[in-house]
Amino acid sequence: MHSDTITLYKKYRSGKRRFILITFLLLTLLCFIALMTGSHSIGYEEILQLIQGEGMELTRQIIFNIRLPRIIGATLTGALLSLSGAVMQIVLRNPLASPYTLGISNAAACGAACGIVFSGYAPFSLITPYSITLSAFVGSLIGLTIILFIIRLKQASVETIVLSGIIINALFGAGIAVIQYLADNIQLASIVFWNFGDLGRSDWNKLISLSIVTLPAIVYFYLKRWDYKALSAGDDYAKSIGVTPQHTRIISMVITSLCTAVAVSFFGVIAFVGLVVPHIVQKFTGANEEFLILGSATFGSMFLLLCDTVARAIIAPVILPVGILTSFIGVPLFLFLLIRKKTI
Amino acid sequence: MKLHVNNISFAYKNGTPALQNITFHTHEGDILAIVGQNGSGKSTLLKCLNRILKIKTGSIMIDNTPIQSFATNYLSRIIAYIPQTEEYIPGLNVFDTVLLGRKPYIRHTPTPQDLETVTQLLNRLELEKIAMRNLNTLSGGQQQRVFIARALAQQPKILLLDEPIANLDINKQMQVMKLLQQLTEEGMTIILTIHDINMAARFCNKALMLKLGELFASGRDSVYTPENIQTLYDTQVDILHHNNRIYVIPK
Repeated sequence: MHSDTITLYKKYRSGKRRFILITFLLLTLLCFIALMTGSHSIGYEEILQLIQGEGMELTRQIIFNIRLPRIIGATLTGALLSLSGAVMQIVLRNPLASPYTLGISNAAACGAACGIVFSGYAPFSLITPYSITLSAFVGSLIGLTIILFIIRLKQASVETIVLSGIIINALFGAGIAVIQYLADNIQLASIVFWNFGDLGRSDWNKLISLSIVTLPAIVYFYLKRWDYKALSAGDDYAKSIGVTPQHTRIISMVITSLCTAVAVSFFGVIAFVGLVVPHIVQKFTGANEEFLILGSATFGSMFLLLCDTVARAIIAPVILPVGILTSFIGVPLFLFLLIRKKTI
Repeated sequence: MKLHVNNISFAYKNGTPALQNITFHTHEGDILAIVGQNGSGKSTLLKCLNRILKIKTGSIMIDNTPIQSFATNYLSRIIAYIPQTEEYIPGLNVFDTVLLGRKPYIRHTPTPQDLETVTQLLNRLELEKIAMRNLNTLSGGQQQRVFIARALAQQPKILLLDEPIANLDINKQMQVMKLLQQLTEEGMTIILTIHDINMAARFCNKALMLKLGELFASGRDSVYTPENIQTLYDTQVDILHHNNRIYVIPK
C-alpha cells in the first residue's frame, strides 16, 4: 500500500513535469517559426544551410543580428517577467501581484526615463546604457519600498495591494510626465518610444546582461521553493519550520524588482505577462510552487515569444511593439480567468 | 523531553503586556491544556514556546538547555506547531502538504526515506485515499488530520496545537483528541489551547488557566473547580464526577 501511494505521487509529479517539458518543446518549435517569420520570409532550408555554415550573407545578417537576438530577448524577458509575477504572487500570497499591477514596472520606467534625461549630465554617463538600467533599478526599489511600507502598515490583503498598485502607478506616471515635460525632443521621443515595450532593441550585449540576471534568478527561486511552500501556509507556520518570512519576502521582492528593472530598462514596459502567465500555469500545475516557478519561466518565454511573433506578422511589414499586444491579449485573458475562477 | 518554562513575560510592540510571569513544566507523555477566555494570551504563550515570538524575560528550557541556544532547524525537529487557522489554505495536495513537514530534514530534494515517512503517516491517519486531493477541497476534519500529519512529519518530541478542535463536529473532535492521546502514549509531549473545558478535562492530564496574560491556576484535575471556572470565564458551573471523569456543566 505504501509503494502504491509513492507510485501515485510520482505519477502526479511526472504529469506536472510533462507540462513543463511540453511548453519547453513548444518554445523550441516556436523559436524556429519565429526565425522564419518576418517581412523578409526565410525558409527552413535556408536556416539549415546557415547552421551548416552556408547560405546567403543577407539571410545570415537577418538571422544572427536581428531575429535571433530578438527571439532570445523575448524568451529571457518572458521568463523574467513571468517568474517575477509568480514569485510576487507567492511571497505576498496575493493573486493580483505582478511587476505591472504593483507599479514596479512604472517605477522602473520612471527611473529609466530619469536615466535617459539626466544621465548625460551625471558623472557615470560613461557607462550608459547601464546607467539607465541602474536608474531603472533604483526606481523599482523606490516603488518596492513604498509597497513594502504599505504592506507593513496594512497587511498584504488583495485590496491593499490593488490600491498600492494604483497609487504607485499614478505617482510614477506623474513622475514620467514631469520628466517628459523637462526632456528635449530627442529625449522625449526616446522615452515615449521606449515606454511602448518593444523587443526590437535586443542585441547581443543586452542578451548577456539579461542572461546574467535571468539564469541565477531561476536557480535562486527554484532553490527557495521549500521556503515559498512554507510561506504559503502562513508566516507563523513558516517560522515554526525554520523559515524567516520577512527575510525571504524582502530578498525575493528585491530580486524580482531587479529582474523587472533589467527587463524594463532594456525593452520598456511589457504589461500583463507577469500577471497572466502564473495564473495560466497554475491551471495546469496547481498551486505547487516548485512547478509554478519552472512552469512560469518556460510558459512565460513561450507566451512572450508568441506575442512578439504575432506582433511582427500581424500588420507586416510594420512591426507592432509587443507591449501593445500583451496588453490587448492579457486584459481579456485575465478577465476570462477571473470570471471562470469566480473568486480571486 | 522535559520542558521548563520559568517566569516568562511577553509584550507586543505597542507595549501591551500579553503574558506575565508564567511558570510551568511538562514531561514526556504529558498533554497540557491551556484554557482561558479569548485574548487571555493562550496563543501567544504557544508561540513563545517555539520562538515564533521572542520572550522579554524568563527562560524556556528543553532538557535543561535554553531554547535560544538551539539552531532554528534543530528546534523545528524538536517542536512542531499547528496554527489555529491556516492563514491561507494552499492549493497543494495532501501528500505535498505532509511532505512540507519534512522541510527541516530536506536539503534540496526529498529522499526516498522522506517519501516513506510521509506515506507511513498518511496510512496512520487514514489519509491514503485522499493523498492526491487538493487541501482546499477537503472538509475541516480532514484538513486538521492533514495538518497533524504534517506536524508529525517533523518527528517532533513536543507538539503545539492552537485550538485543534475548533470548528469541528463532536465526532471529529473525539477523533482528533484520541489521536493526540495516542501520541502521548508514545512519549510525545502535547501542549494545546482549547476552549472546550470538558474536552480538556477528559483528555488532558494537566491544565494551565490563563486570565489576562497571567497564570491563574495550574495542575491536574483539581484545577477544575466551580470557583476557578467562575473566575476564569465569569460563568457559574457545576462540576460533576462520574466514572472517574470530570464534567463541567454551566448553570
